[in-house]
Amino acid sequence: MEWLFNIWEFFVSIWDNFYYSVIYDRRYEFILEGLFNTVIIALFAVILGIVIGVCVALVRNYHDKTNKLKILDKIAKLYVNIIRGTPVILQLMIIYYVIFKSVDINIVIVGILAFGINSGAYVSEIIRAGINSIDAGQMEAGYSLGFTYSKVMRYILMPQAIKNILPALGNEFITLLKETSVGAYIGIIELTKASDIIASRTYDYFFPLIIIALIYLVMTLGLSKLVNMMEVKLNNDRD
Amino acid sequence: MIEIKNLYKDFGKKKVLKGIDLTINKGDKIAIIGPSGCGKSTLLRCINMLEKPTKGEVIFNGINLCDKDVELNKIRQKMGMVFQQFNLFSHLSVIDNITLAPIKLGLMSKSKAEKEALRLLKLIDLSDKKNEFPNNLSGGQKQRVAIVRSLILNPDIILFDEPTSALDPEMVKEVTEVMKKIADDGMTMVVVSHEMSFVKEFASRVLFMDDGNIIEQGSSNDIFKHPKSERLKEFLSKIGN
Ligand SMILES: Nc1ncnc2c1ncn2[C@@H]1O[C@H](COP(=O)(O)OP(=O)(O)O)[C@@H](O)[C@H]1O
Ligand SMILES: [Mg+2]
Repeated sequence: MEWLFNIWEFFVSIWDNFYYSVIYDRRYEFILEGLFNTVIIALFAVILGIVIGVCVALVRNYHDKTNKLKILDKIAKLYVNIIRGTPVILQLMIIYYVIFKSVDINIVIVGILAFGINSGAYVSEIIRAGINSIDAGQMEAGYSLGFTYSKVMRYILMPQAIKNILPALGNEFITLLKETSVGAYIGIIELTKASDIIASRTYDYFFPLIIIALIYLVMTLGLSKLVNMMEVKLNNDRD
Repeated sequence: MIEIKNLYKDFGKKKVLKGIDLTINKGDKIAIIGPSGCGKSTLLRCINMLEKPTKGEVIFNGINLCDKDVELNKIRQKMGMVFQQFNLFSHLSVIDNITLAPIKLGLMSKSKAEKEALRLLKLIDLSDKKNEFPNNLSGGQKQRVAIVRSLILNPDIILFDEPTSALDPEMVKEVTEVMKKIADDGMTMVVVSHEMSFVKEFASRVLFMDDGNIIEQGSSNDIFKHPKSERLKEFLSKIGN
């Protein structure tokens, strides 16, 4: 009979672990707060990234095509190179510990700014690649009909490039969802930090880590599915 | 209508156009022939400033297009271009390809543009394809659509860069027929072509280019029956004329 008792004990201790990790003292609230912050940071960062990325990509494309805006183009290139050439955690620390050192600012907003600025560089490359994937003849046909650069972009290139750009932006959002975990380092209570807080109280990492791993997986796999569906749909449109 | 004076174009070290002089008058049907790589496309592309000339002048209706403050987009509305690779907008249906420019440039209302497009589609015998996308058209059909896409803006001149070179032989005629129709309606046209039978029928003036220069020009009778320069004679014998 003793083996049965052992098994019983085993399940009870697992339940105990789970109980103290998640339910006791409403610890699940940390996870909910972490999830909320993770999603908010990733969402607003990708929006900020798109705004920055579109501007940077347009400046660089306009420069490539017309040789104007030389200085802005240099700045844009420098920005992209710095962001892509340094670790995101370093960028986050510089923004938090150096730039906002003596400013009283919500740390989640710091996260949004840092990840948004980071994402902008990658988004600009996504958009540039999308535009460059369109045959140069499309642009020339547009010019030859009397369209200006901005109208060629708006009516001819962008509607075609968006097919390649949208799925890549979806993937960028997925990347950001995971990357925000770096925010734990400066104390943002996102998912990873939330699990760390709980584990520091229970001295047991098992459930906190497994639970947030599952949450990350559900989000990223679900979004990947959506991106794939979007890709298929965009490719079936009109050809 | 167009006066080209002492036009030079370099690509880096490579000199492609070497002092072209050319006058194009209203109603001219000019054909440009010459070996591949001699600068024919570059000349056409310098006329509508898709390439910026290195030196020289292109004067269109009294305006020097090389001047910095010229509104090229306005000029190009009056100067159509038809490309070897058609360059139809692949995200738009046939009718939207044709009406995009007049509508978005604010030259026609949507309903007027559509009415006009339907009339032009009838002219090229493609009324039934108005809602197709370019990928579902044959090369000959694409090129006919591309021609009326520039025609709808009612340009003063249309430039054609080897409009039939990317076509299967059996489709050449349907495109050249459309071009002849437009020519008969009085359009000023400059056509780069290797389709000599079409050139002979169509051109009021034939230019022979070689190595960045216009070597010889004249009526098609002059050029094909009585070539003067050695280079033209050689070119004609090579293409089996
Ligand atoms: N954008 C460009 N950059 C560099 N070289 C070019 C460019 N366009 C054309 N060329 C060169 O200029 C020469 C003339 O080209 P092109 O005008 O296209 O000749 P054609 O139309 O008579 O065949 C070719 O040697 C070609 O390689
Ligand atoms: Mg050519």
